Amino acid sequence: MHEQDPTEQDRAKHDQVEQDQVEPVYADHAASAPMRLSARVALTNMASLTGNPSALHAAGRRARAALEDAREELATLLGAYPDEVIFTSGGSEADSIAVLRAAEQLAASRPGVLVSTIEHPAVGSVADVLGVRCAEFGVDSAGHAELVQLTELLRRHPAGPVGLVSLMTVNNEVGTVQPVELAAEIAQQAGAWFHTDAVQAFGQLPFDFGSLGAQLASVSAHKIGGPVGVGALLVRRGLQLGRYGLGGAQEAGVRSGTQPVALAAAFAAAAREAVAEQASLTMRLRQFRERLVTAARPLGGVVVNGAEPLSPAIVNLGFAGASSDDLTFLLDQQQIFCSSGSACRAGVHGPSEVLLAMGRDDDAARGGVRFSFGWSTTSADIDRIIAALPAAVCRARAVPR
Amino acid sequence: MRVLSAMSGGVDSSVATARLLAAGHEVTGIHLALSRTPLAQRVGSRGCCSLADVHDARRVADRLGIDFYVWDFSKRFADEVIGDFLSEYAVGRTPNPCLRCNERIKFAALLEKGLALGYDAVATGHYARLVENEQGLELRRARDTGKDQSYVLGVLDKHQLAHSLFPLGDSLKSQVRAEAAALGLAVADKPDSNDICFIPDGDTAGFLSDKLGAAPGRIVDIAGNDLGTHQGTYRYTIGQRKGLNLGVPSVDGRPRYVVGLAPDTRQVIVGAAEDLTVDELHGIRPTWTSEPPRGRWRGKVQVRAHGEAMNAWIETRADAVVMQLDSGCRGVAPGQYAVCYDGERVVGSSVILRAS
Repeated sequence: MHEQDPTEQDRAKHDQVEQDQVEPVYADHAASAPMRLSARVALTNMASLTGNPSALHAAGRRARAALEDAREELATLLGAYPDEVIFTSGGSEADSIAVLRAAEQLAASRPGVLVSTIEHPAVGSVADVLGVRCAEFGVDSAGHAELVQLTELLRRHPAGPVGLVSLMTVNNEVGTVQPVELAAEIAQQAGAWFHTDAVQAFGQLPFDFGSLGAQLASVSAHKIGGPVGVGALLVRRGLQLGRYGLGGAQEAGVRSGTQPVALAAAFAAAAREAVAEQASLTMRLRQFRERLVTAARPLGGVVVNGAEPLSPAIVNLGFAGASSDDLTFLLDQQQIFCSSGSACRAGVHGPSEVLLAMGRDDDAARGGVRFSFGWSTTSADIDRIIAALPAAVCRARAVPR
Repeated sequence: MRVLSAMSGGVDSSVATARLLAAGHEVTGIHLALSRTPLAQRVGSRGCCSLADVHDARRVADRLGIDFYVWDFSKRFADEVIGDFLSEYAVGRTPNPCLRCNERIKFAALLEKGLALGYDAVATGHYARLVENEQGLELRRARDTGKDQSYVLGVLDKHQLAHSLFPLGDSLKSQVRAEAAALGLAVADKPDSNDICFIPDGDTAGFLSDKLGAAPGRIVDIAGNDLGTHQGTYRYTIGQRKGLNLGVPSVDGRPRYVVGLAPDTRQVIVGAAEDLTVDELHGIRPTWTSEPPRGRWRGKVQVRAHGEAMNAWIETRADAVVMQLDSGCRGVAPGQYAVCYDGERVVGSSVILRAS
């Protein structure tokens, strides 16, 4: 079946590598990236700033000023107006607010909601809440949204006129860049709002909210080297979302809770650096991707999940006969941290919903290993992965099913 | 050795794991996900399957500083343990899912996967001893006779035992708890699990009627007299006295027991205590912990986890074992495992096909 059979030599080599004490290779940026030094500095500096940004005294005003500095800086980097930036606790909350509030606001006039089949659960699971009001448009085998199907569903959604379309900018598992500008235009022509989960896009690809044509977009700090616990929802000027949750509605009358000034400042610092080095990082990551894929090919039965246009930061590989759980386990044992991008249930991975949506069978959908890279990835990291892969794949293929 | 330690989240497997580390092994903790719908909350005193147990196991692994993974065997568990449990009950037998799990999951699916991934052995927190001597590897009863779990390991063969470790065999349960406390493990006071892990509320009859559906029929005595109705033969086990709910007392006023089950005619057959007494057991699907003993030999037979070991003449046949008990034994149900011992040593097991 495979071009290479497991040999004792390979196993011995694998075990040898395992014995050696080595520096970890972190190849799971899409899950959470290491924090950039600039972000850590901003976070620690701002941590000593006392004051609630809503308080009227000097301490409160200082906190408010720092928060608005962060907001303005992020707005510039995102191509948005500052009053379009709503700080949230992260990407999932930004998605939740966007989708749930839009669905609520438009419930009477345009009840239909359309999301793609490869959305992050923060968008995709809206179907559990909305039931028949939500329908899904699919993707092709390369993992790109079927806009013909989207157009069709906009015309005849079972629940009536469509109020909201959501399509992520970059898929988090396979890295496919989605035709969001086109989708936004299609949605707009049909009179629907358009939301994009840009969590895996901002900082990895050029991103400009102003020219995107979307009404709503979600971004997150910790995927680009900012801290965990902060993100933002971009809301087009003039759009009324209404309150989400209970509280003081501090963020633009939508999101409640005292704003985390230090997290916002660190987010802005990470974003500044990410945007500044985005073009050069993309070039570097494209070379890494090329090297990794080229090195993997000879292992036989290799499938690169997803096709161009792709994020330079995500490489999703399938190895026929090997499960991603076993592969990530074996790589973990060698201090190489990557993931089997799929739904997590009690710490156990099922088949990837994204790969299933791309038409893969159950086995293939359990086989996708996601390497995701970013600002801290070095050429030596790629060397380590390339060196470790043959033996790991070999051994994973020998595991009885 | 490179060892996979099966960590249920209970005190026993936690201490077993700590001991492996102390003995210098390279240990990876594995929690087996066996349920497809893990319970989110702690329920009763169970020892596996719920998310709370995954959490406990993970925290012990953190405390011990070892790698920890959750491996999903829920499909194989559903097919080979729960599926077997249901089909055995459906045909009137009384299965033991714990032995089945050891036979098919812990020392089969997990072990084979571990070996393929470069590990040397699987360790569990079972109370049993493995002793190496001139004869080879012997599986023996635990030092703590009250906790001895050699019975549920009686299905393991030479190959499986050669790749197994039972670090608790020489210890008393009380020592194990004290050791857990000394190690600062939060599970030190966690209650033991007694139930069948996939029936958390302990209501086996309810679980079976859910899965198998109601199958009402008649309760009759040995002479065929109709005594009442029941909701499914699978709700009864040979030797059962309670739950018959017979309005009519027996002719002689003595208690009645379930002595037979006939799922094909949907009959539960009841009789007196002496109708339950058997002295010959026929076992099928034998497994042996080392070379199968030949011919007829003296040994002991145990038919339930904490049952008495009964003296017997045991005859090994090609694909069967015939056990002639010295004195009669009550309430032996087809489907139970008969585990044969030579003194403290586990010789092998078979599944009881019939008893007479």
